[in-house]
Amino acid sequence: MNKFLLTLLCLTPLLSACGVSTVDPAPQTLTVFAAASLTGAFDEIGRNFEAANPGVEVRFNFGGSHTLRAQIEHGARADVFASANAEEMEALVQGGFVGAGEAETFLANRLVVILPPGNPAGLENLSDLAGEGIRLVLAAREAPVGNYSVQALDRLDKTFGSGFKGRVLANVVSYENDVKQVVVKVQLGEADAGIVYASDAAAAPELPSIEIPAEANVVAAYPLAALDQAQSPALARDFIAYVLSAEGQSILQKWGFLPVK
Amino acid sequence: MRPRRSPSHRLVKPDTRSDWLFVLPGLALVVTLGLPLLALFLRAAGGDFFSHALSGTALAALKLSLATSLTSVLISVLAGTPLAYILARWDFRGRAALELLIDLPVVLPPSVAGLALLIAFGRQGLFGSWLAVFGVSLPFTTAAVVIAQTFVSAPLFVRAARIGFAGIDPQLEEAAHVEGANQWQMFSRLMFPLAGRAFVSGAILAWTRALGEFGATILFAGNLEGVTQTMPLAIYLGFERNLDVAVALSVVLVLVSLVLLAVMRQLDEDRVY
Repeated sequence: MNKFLLTLLCLTPLLSACGVSTVDPAPQTLTVFAAASLTGAFDEIGRNFEAANPGVEVRFNFGGSHTLRAQIEHGARADVFASANAEEMEALVQGGFVGAGEAETFLANRLVVILPPGNPAGLENLSDLAGEGIRLVLAAREAPVGNYSVQALDRLDKTFGSGFKGRVLANVVSYENDVKQVVVKVQLGEADAGIVYASDAAAAPELPSIEIPAEANVVAAYPLAALDQAQSPALARDFIAYVLSAEGQSILQKWGFLPVK
Repeated sequence: MRPRRSPSHRLVKPDTRSDWLFVLPGLALVVTLGLPLLALFLRAAGGDFFSHALSGTALAALKLSLATSLTSVLISVLAGTPLAYILARWDFRGRAALELLIDLPVVLPPSVAGLALLIAFGRQGLFGSWLAVFGVSLPFTTAAVVIAQTFVSAPLFVRAARIGFAGIDPQLEEAAHVEGANQWQMFSRLMFPLAGRAFVSGAILAWTRALGEFGATILFAGNLEGVTQTMPLAIYLGFERNLDVAVALSVVLVLVSLVLLAVMRQLDEDRVY
């Protein structure tokens, strides 16, 4: 019975001392809260970081930046926060979770319109988004990408005129909680189009897309910071340094993000 | 089927020294269950509850939630009553499997329910693509909300009604037959009055479940104010931007659920054994 209990205890990650290989440094966990759009890229960055730092485990919580910000404000434990906009990071600076001047912009992203495989609604250009009966899915305005989408529509409104923005918004059938859910709804063919980041379009190459011209596009700048509550500030700084390094940046660009100018 | 609280059911316990063994763990659980709700009410009381509860988003969500959940209960009652009768009275092959199928949605995670609904009734779904031929498209519509709610809540009603029907002595039915009662008279004069409480409490249980539906709705019906954004969805999104509206809506949901539960309890209490 005692032996059984001991085995059980050893299985709990809290007790690293019973491990056979006592040579390894004590395992460390780095918890990273990152914008949903970073899912693929940060998974890869996390794996590389773990490989380069034996004994370190990187745990991710991906979600809408607004959701993550709210979770941190309400006591969720995180070491690093990567937001898809400056506002959520600023809110954490104001709330005393991130030191002033700590946040660094580490990448940029732009918007693109994605269409389901085969483009069943036959959309060819941006003005088609205002067509009658088109089912458009956007991210909720609470999420950075939803906010950027509306800004882009504001700018396109000036180009196309005649209530373009209003007609497009009338076609919105759902405001999804984060960008990945917009992608899924388009992938499944439930929606005729969705506005997402170029990085999401790059991660779903099977989906046709319509470019939004640079003058109407919104360039999202992503900030990254270690939180004041970080358990190991040094480890958090190492992770951020890796994201900013040439290697980290090339991974991000591979996933469709733009470098910071 | 809770035993009635009559004095004869209380044990006379001479030894009270070990009472803490019951009280302490029990109290810990009560605190865990009660504290979050208390916090919710305190937070709501601290702010301007009424202006938040009556804001545009909150009212739209409230109206939509009431309309969709009542519709789904109505569907559950209309279609679930005959089904419950069949399950209670008919003997046929596969009945056990059918009961299992009907009970399954109650224990399924709502996200599984939502995904299943999307894959079945989505535009590219198994049946959704047939519906599309007739110009019917369910996702992102209020109908999708009702379907999601019915999917998760109807089994609760069917279960209760089945138990209600099964509790009626078959000899009464036979006697009514002999007396020449037709099917409608049999139900309206005999079955419904006798199984009435089980019916009402099943319907209320289904209603509370439909009101609280979240996971299947957000996956299958999406989120659009006034169309598919029910109270639980508005609370989820409001939590991130406007916590006060979310808190106000939550308090409304808690109060409605409390009233419904109290009614159900009263019905159980009055039950004649």
